[in-house]
Amino acid sequence: MSGGTRASAGAAPGADAALFEYVLRLGDNDVILAQRLAEWVGHGPVIEEDIALTNVGLDLLGQGRMWLQYAGEVEARLAGTGRSEDELAFLRDGGAYRNVQLVELPNGDFAATMARQFYFDHAHLLLLRALARSADPRVAEIAAKAAKEVDYHAQRSADWVIRLGDGTAESRARMQRALDRLWPYTGELFATDAVDRVLVAAGVAADAEALRAPWLATVERVLAEATLSLPAGTWMHGANGRGGRQGVHTEHLGHLLAEMQFLQRAYPGARW
Amino acid sequence: MYAQMVETGQKSVRALADMSSEERAFQQRIDADVKVEAADWMPDAYRRTLVRQIQQHAHSEIVGMLPEGNWITRAPTLARKAILMAKVQDEGGHGLYLYAAAETLGVSRDQLIADLHAGKVRYSSIFNYPTLTWADIGAIGWLVDGAAIMNQIPLCRCSYGPYARAMVRICKEESFHQRQGYDIMMKLCQGTAEQKAMAQDALNRWWWPSLMMFGPPDADSVHSAQSAAWKIKLLSNDELRQRFVDQTVPQADYLGITMPDPDLKWNAGRGHYDFGAIDWQEFHDVLRGNGPCNRERLATRVQAWEEGAWVREAALAHAEKRADRGDELG
Repeated sequence: MSGGTRASAGAAPGADAALFEYVLRLGDNDVILAQRLAEWVGHGPVIEEDIALTNVGLDLLGQGRMWLQYAGEVEARLAGTGRSEDELAFLRDGGAYRNVQLVELPNGDFAATMARQFYFDHAHLLLLRALARSADPRVAEIAAKAAKEVDYHAQRSADWVIRLGDGTAESRARMQRALDRLWPYTGELFATDAVDRVLVAAGVAADAEALRAPWLATVERVLAEATLSLPAGTWMHGANGRGGRQGVHTEHLGHLLAEMQFLQRAYPGARW
Repeated sequence: MYAQMVETGQKSVRALADMSSEERAFQQRIDADVKVEAADWMPDAYRRTLVRQIQQHAHSEIVGMLPEGNWITRAPTLARKAILMAKVQDEGGHGLYLYAAAETLGVSRDQLIADLHAGKVRYSSIFNYPTLTWADIGAIGWLVDGAAIMNQIPLCRCSYGPYARAMVRICKEESFHQRQGYDIMMKLCQGTAEQKAMAQDALNRWWWPSLMMFGPPDADSVHSAQSAAWKIKLLSNDELRQRFVDQTVPQADYLGITMPDPDLKWNAGRGHYDFGAIDWQEFHDVLRGNGPCNRERLATRVQAWEEGAWVREAALAHAEKRADRGDELG
């Protein structure tokens, strides 16, 4: 098993062990969501949107690579040797992936893809802006660069929520349904565990719980403009330290990885 | 090429003596290498031929996203995935410039797309072949984009300004695409025996279809002379094909793989490679819709378009609501 070091909810991990986990979580969110967006290439509703979805996917893939490269460096400090970005991406099984469940969910229709993006982008932007002030200079540097790109993603997905919400009866129904279905996956974006606590105390990580209120304010403002309702449920997937960030995933991740990792698995050790 | 067998509506090249005074002035400007612009007078046949040619090219870019898109989710490294996404995205961009160039001739993108979906117009035969292994992504970049560049560099000098200018931009990106394809082939050929076999298999399957991209032999190419007189086709099919073979054979030698053509050999007298007979029956079958992937490619495009209809309608409805309210678009 080539997984990350498992941080149990109780015992506090060491600073580098926690940093490795934390950076993997950031990188895995990006790589998995980029993989989902890549499925849209050539199938968008209009060429301009095809190109734009690919652009967002490319930004996330680029950010994911920077985080995974850094994770490998942190791992080398910890264990003597660290894995490359490709070893981390292509040779970890699902249980060692640390992304939130929201990003691994299937694309669904264009409304579902944009709703997923909307929830994620605004949390992502708040997180990156906070991380741009991290005590860890590499984290701060990557986050500052990524935040510039994600600022655009967040504007774009909010625009689409408004456009589809305040568009036709069909688009409104599709967007509301997508927002409702994905809502229970948003709790994980603001959950914290021992990994977060160690790094928040050290000034390295952002306090995700503190991002929930500004995120909700944005979501409420955009949904109001879109003439859509804020989903009501309070039960959330991945609570109690048993979510994607701890390696507990939906059934969908295994299929995504089977496809993504196929060549590296079928031809072990080959260089591409 | 990306545009193959473009009809001109002319049985033979129009002679100056047969032309109206407007037509004669038009031809003389073309002969003097003055670019034709959208607002200029032009013969109907020139306009119709250009629309056919540019739209075939545009549709080829859009349909061409599918065979390569087939491997984005399975790209073997994150860097390869990023490069391939960027490449396929470029192709969408090329489609956009070309639809925009066609629109300057008085047609709409929606109409052109409707014609594609109705099977009324063609796209390049090459995109009706399947991408079965990762090596096919290398072979497409190396051979298909290589062939495209061969044809498109001269088109940067074509007589119609908006098309020529679109081509300048497209060619810059295509040369990057070809390099990435060759780089994939290099890595495979330097790799394991299985990887090298994968590269050879891809060359075996893509070589002949790549040669067919240039269109039928000059002797059978009835529309080329008029297109040449109009300077919307600057070199003949056979000339371009020969240049492509001459350029590509040494590249295969460098990779250590061989073209699937026992008749291929250097002809010192001609200063060119001789090559074997092309199976033109296969080419015509593919153009008639009977290639391995014709039906699937078109069905995929139609499905994407139909599934996107509600999105396009919603965007339009929203824009109208905003306009009614006097809002600025966000």
